[in-house]
Amino acid sequence: MPGFIPEAAAQAADARPAPLDLVLRVNGTEHRLTLDPRTTLLDALREHLHLTGSKKGCGLGQCGACTVRMDGKGVKSCLSLAALVEGREITTIEGLAQGDQLHPLQAAFIERDAFQCGYCTSGQIMAGVACIAEGHAGSPQEIRDWMSGNLCRCGAYDHIVAAIQDAAGATGPARGG
Amino acid sequence: MHPFTLDRPRDLAAALALRAQAGRNDAPAEYIAGGTDMVQLLQEYVRQPERLVSLAGLLDNRIEIGPQGLRLGVAATMAEVAADPAVVEQFPLISEALLNSASPQVRNQATMGGNLLQRTRCPYFRDVGYAACNKRAPGSGCAAIGGENRWHAVLGTSDDCIATNPSDLAVALVALDAAVEIRGAGGSRSLPLVDFHRLPAATPHIETVLEPGEVIAAITVPASSAARRSHYLKVRDRASFEFAVVSAAVALEMDGARIRQARIALGGVGTKPWRVPRVEAALAGASLEPQSLRQAAALAAENAHGRGHNDFKIELMQRAIVRAVEIAGARA
Repeated sequence: MPGFIPEAAAQAADARPAPLDLVLRVNGTEHRLTLDPRTTLLDALREHLHLTGSKKGCGLGQCGACTVRMDGKGVKSCLSLAALVEGREITTIEGLAQGDQLHPLQAAFIERDAFQCGYCTSGQIMAGVACIAEGHAGSPQEIRDWMSGNLCRCGAYDHIVAAIQDAAGATGPARGG
Repeated sequence: MHPFTLDRPRDLAAALALRAQAGRNDAPAEYIAGGTDMVQLLQEYVRQPERLVSLAGLLDNRIEIGPQGLRLGVAATMAEVAADPAVVEQFPLISEALLNSASPQVRNQATMGGNLLQRTRCPYFRDVGYAACNKRAPGSGCAAIGGENRWHAVLGTSDDCIATNPSDLAVALVALDAAVEIRGAGGSRSLPLVDFHRLPAATPHIETVLEPGEVIAAITVPASSAARRSHYLKVRDRASFEFAVVSAAVALEMDGARIRQARIALGGVGTKPWRVPRVEAALAGASLEPQSLRQAAALAAENAHGRGHNDFKIELMQRAIVRAVEIAGARA
């Protein structure tokens, strides 16, 4: 997240620009929102739709904790302005399970103990689902390469790779999400 | 983020009429497409435009290959182009450069046009805590000259700026003689990509030839047999999700065991994607013997100028050329 905010910019930030009306499709539901144009998709999800599973780590596209799927593809929700993703189908970690039935990758993360603090986990799982669905979970090396956009400060990488391998074996590319 | 008005025009003509300008910190209005670089710059107050004009949904995203070559609609994402079967088969250099860029998520979001227009990763440009940056604040000086400059350019620099262009894609495209189609309210023009980015000279804040109200509409790459016998070598501090310290894009036409024609561009070392015609000329007719490759590669360093921490790049880029030519030459 930006640490240094110049004084003039901080004052100007109080002058709110005209809000925009927009519709976001999230986990199969349409939401009508009126947002400051500066609102990122991540902030819209967390602060306005109260879907707090997607996490804000860096806010600059480096850590991957905010990963969601857009039209089936993994994206960093902190790098998209909400007003510019109208009409796209957004899936968050909250939309992954079928009722009480966990997605196979969620179950594999628990089975493999693929986290410690858990802050990066929902982003890891959303990126992992995309990694499997797009057919890039063929080997530990391939998984590491295609999961490189997601950082884990606890260092649970070995278990994350194992969980993705397990889920890829269980679901295969065609059913990976 | 500094407050801005966000325009979402219904069509391209309306977007062009708003006369926004990409890549200039002194432009009051700027275009936004995939947003992956722009949102970072906004978040860190590096860019503070009064107005953002969205190009989402307004530009061509088709990938077309014909006898003349490749045409990339500028709104195609990095992931779409990298995975396109015809690109992989006929222009593997482009696919390799893209797959070695960014992270899978960013590749799903970022567009071809935005990739060519992404701003430098110079840490002084990206941190407004430093007052001196001629690119961000014209006339303020350069904190990188005499500062931490391990990441900076050794070719095409000036006393006002030593920032590198960070695009891997642009390096591959420049090696392949790509051109860009530019569209503005007054019509279209086309120019070689190698002429699209400007040298910093005394005006490092003007990075490209784009005028207000102009956008890149498409990238074209001529067909050639060399495009298939190619290699993108990227040297970086970690194996994935990292910008190049040095990179070399090489495409070769072979005549038996000898090089008929080599096309070579470098990344991570120039203030813009850097073609090396003198190296190419020296390689014409040469064998793949290490000694002849090494002699030719040395010509890349003729006008190189290190600033201390980045002196190692002058040797490293020559070795990168040799390695990339060897790998491309060994391909069927």
